[in-house]
Amino acid sequence: MAAPWRSLRLVAPIWNRSTRGIHHLGGAVDPESNQKKRRTMLQYLSDYFYDVESLRGYFLQNEMVKVHQKNRSFAYLGETYGPNNAGAFFILKQGGAVKFRDKEWIRPDKYGHFPQEFWNFSEVPVEAVDASDCAINYEGLENLYLLKELQSLSLQRCPHVDDWCLSRLYPLADSLQELSLAGCPRISERGLGCLYHLQNLRWLDISDLPSVSNPGLTQILVEEMLPNCNVVGLNLAEGLKLGPEEQPRDTDRPVPA
Amino acid sequence: MLPRVLSLGVRRGRFTRRPGRGGFSLDWEEKLSEIKKKIQSALPGTSLLPLYDSSHLPPDHADVVIIGGGVLGLSAAYWLKKLEKQRGALRVLVVERDLTYSQASSALSLGGIHQQFSLPENIQLSLFSASFLRNINEHLAVVDAPPLDLQFNPLGYLWLASEKDAAAMENNVKMQRQEGAKVCLMSPDQLRNKFPWINTEGVALASYGMEDEGWFDPWCLLQGLRRKVQSMGVVFCQGEVTRFVSSSSRMMTQNKKEVKLKRIYEVHVKMDNSLEYQPVECSIVINAAGAWSAQVAALAGIGKGPPDTLQGTKLPVEPRKRYVYVWHCPQGPGLESPLVADTSGTYFRREGLGSNYLGGRSPTEEEEPDPGNLEVDHDFFQDKVWPHLAQRVPAFETLKVQNAWAGYYDYNTFDQNGVVGPHPLVVNMFFATGFSGHGLQQAPGVGRAVAEMIVEGRFQTINLDSFLFSRFYLGEKIQEDIII
Repeated sequence: MAAPWRSLRLVAPIWNRSTRGIHHLGGAVDPESNQKKRRTMLQYLSDYFYDVESLRGYFLQNEMVKVHQKNRSFAYLGETYGPNNAGAFFILKQGGAVKFRDKEWIRPDKYGHFPQEFWNFSEVPVEAVDASDCAINYEGLENLYLLKELQSLSLQRCPHVDDWCLSRLYPLADSLQELSLAGCPRISERGLGCLYHLQNLRWLDISDLPSVSNPGLTQILVEEMLPNCNVVGLNLAEGLKLGPEEQPRDTDRPVPA
Repeated sequence: MLPRVLSLGVRRGRFTRRPGRGGFSLDWEEKLSEIKKKIQSALPGTSLLPLYDSSHLPPDHADVVIIGGGVLGLSAAYWLKKLEKQRGALRVLVVERDLTYSQASSALSLGGIHQQFSLPENIQLSLFSASFLRNINEHLAVVDAPPLDLQFNPLGYLWLASEKDAAAMENNVKMQRQEGAKVCLMSPDQLRNKFPWINTEGVALASYGMEDEGWFDPWCLLQGLRRKVQSMGVVFCQGEVTRFVSSSSRMMTQNKKEVKLKRIYEVHVKMDNSLEYQPVECSIVINAAGAWSAQVAALAGIGKGPPDTLQGTKLPVEPRKRYVYVWHCPQGPGLESPLVADTSGTYFRREGLGSNYLGGRSPTEEEEPDPGNLEVDHDFFQDKVWPHLAQRVPAFETLKVQNAWAGYYDYNTFDQNGVVGPHPLVVNMFFATGFSGHGLQQAPGVGRAVAEMIVEGRFQTINLDSFLFSRFYLGEKIQEDIII
C-alpha cells in the first residue's frame, strides 16, 4: 500500500522499484501525464523557492511520522486481551492477515475493516502472519514478540523492512519455521547473516531482493548457513531474465550434494 | 539583456577585422573582452570585488568554528543546527585541513559499532548512535537527494575472555543489560555449538551482542552528514588553523587565588600552499581535530604553564598508528560470523560475499609504531597477528593477505576515553576528541552532547560530566577496559 506522497517525488525512487503505488488522482484522466506534470512543477519550484523546499521537507517528515505511528507499541493491549490478540490486532491494523491455530485466515478488506471476533479467542496462539506490503518497521517488529508460537511469517514486499529488522527476528527462533522475505527492497546479503539464529527454519524465501548484489552466491552461502532449511531463491527467474540465447550461469543453481 | 547584447556583438564578427592599420583592430578586440569581463563581474549574482576573488576564504565572522571536518566535527555541526533556538540563529563554520580525508581517522576506520563497554556512558552513547544510524534517512534526509545506504551489517560483536577476565566480563555484561544493550553470555560449549569454526581453547566466557551491533560504511556516514549539514547552511572551508587570538581576564577564586581566564575571539585560518590567512571572528571554538587535537589545543595555550597546575595540564591526546589487513581465506567462517575479538586483542570480521576478511590487532605499548606516516608494516601481521588468528580459527592457517592500510587513533593516553565539554580556563573552547578508536561509533551521541552544552549550557540527553577536561588535572581516571 503505497503512500500518496510518492507522487510528490520527495525522495528519488531508488527503493520504490518493486512497490508501484496507487496514485490518488481521482479522475478518469490519464494518470501518468498528470503525475509527471505535478512532479516536475513542485520540484522545479523547490529549486527556486526555499518555502517550497521546506514545505516538501515538511511533507517528508509527516510521512515518516505516520509510519512511526503505525508501528507504535501494542503491548498495553496484551495485559487486558492476551498477547496473541494484541499481536494479531497490530498486524490487522497494518493491513496484514493473521491465522490463529485451527481457525481460518483473518484478512482486512480494502477499507481496512476486519472481523472482531478474535478478541474472544482466549489463549489461542497465532500460527501464521502474512504482513505483505505492510508498513512494518524495526519498532513494529517488537510487537511480534507477543506472538510466542508463531510458525510462519511473511514479510513480502515490505518497504521498511531492512537489515536492522532482520537482526530483530532472533527471539522468534524457537517457533519460526517459515519465513518469506521476497521482494523487500531494502534487504541485502548483510542482513541475511542474522537468519543464522533461526535454527528451526524449514522454508526460507529470499527471491527477488533488489539490493542483494550477487543473488546466486548469496543463495549458496545462505544454504550453507542453514543446512536444515529449504532456501527458495531466484534460480528459475534469473535464468529466464538472461534471455533464450544465453546459457544460465552455473552459480545460479546450487551444486547438488 | 546586456550580456546578450555583448555576446551578439562578438558573434556578428563586426570587430574581427584583419590587422592592418598599425594593429588598431587587435587592440580593440582585447579591450572589448576586458570591458565585457568588467561589466559581467559588476552584474548582480557574481562577486563584486574587482580586486581579487576571496570565495575560497572563510567568512569574516562565524558564531561557532569547528576545527576538524571528520565525523565528530560534522556531527557537532549537525546537532548545533538541529538544536538552535531559531532558524539561522547560529552561523557555523567547519574548517578542515584536508577535504579529501586522506588521513582522517573517520574515513580509514573499520566502521564497527557495539555496546559492549565497561562504562555506562559509553554504552548509552553507542545506543543513541545505533538508533541514529538506524533512522539515518529520517535524520539526514535532504529533499531530492537519494537515500543513504550505510551498508550496515547487523551481525554483532563476539568478545572472548580468558579465565582471568571472565569475572570482569560477567559484571560488564550485567551492567550493559541494565543500560539496555542486548548482549548474551555464552560458555565455551555453547560457543562451539554456535560457531563450530572457533577453537575455544583458553576461552572461559564469551559475550555476543545480538542487536544494534555490527559494522557499516563510515565514508557514507561522512558524506551523508556533509550533505545534510551543507543543506542546513553550515559553511565549509579548506584550511588550517594557525593561531588563536584571545582576550584574558583575571578572576579570584573562593580561596583568594588569582586565575587567568581566556576567551578566544579570533581564529586565523591559513589556506593551503600559500601564506594567505583569514581571521575569523568567533564566539565558540570546537576542537574536533582528532589525532591532531593536541596541536590545536597547544595553539590556544592549553598546557603552557608549570606542570601539576591547571594551566600546565596538556590535552593528553596523541596520534597512534593502527594497521588493518585484508586477507582472503576460502574455507573461513561463513556468512553468519560476527566481528570476533580474541583474548589476545586480535580481531577480525568478514567482508562481503567473497571470503575476504578484515582484521588486525592493537600493538602493546612497546610495539607502538611511529605515527609519523601511514606506511604499513607487513611483518607485524606475520609475527603478531597471524599466529593468534590461526590459533583461534584453525581455518586461518591458510590465508593470503590482499591489502592493508593504516589509520590513526586519536589516542587518549590518560584513560582511553573521550574528552567532551569546555576547558576550565579557555572558556569558549569545547572538546570533542580523544575517543581512542571508538569515536566513529559514538559520534552522533557526542555531537549532540556538545551541541546541548553550547545551546543549553548542560548535558541533557546523556550525562557526560565525567568526560570533562578537568579530570586530567584532578587525576580522576575513567578507564575503559574494552577497547580493541
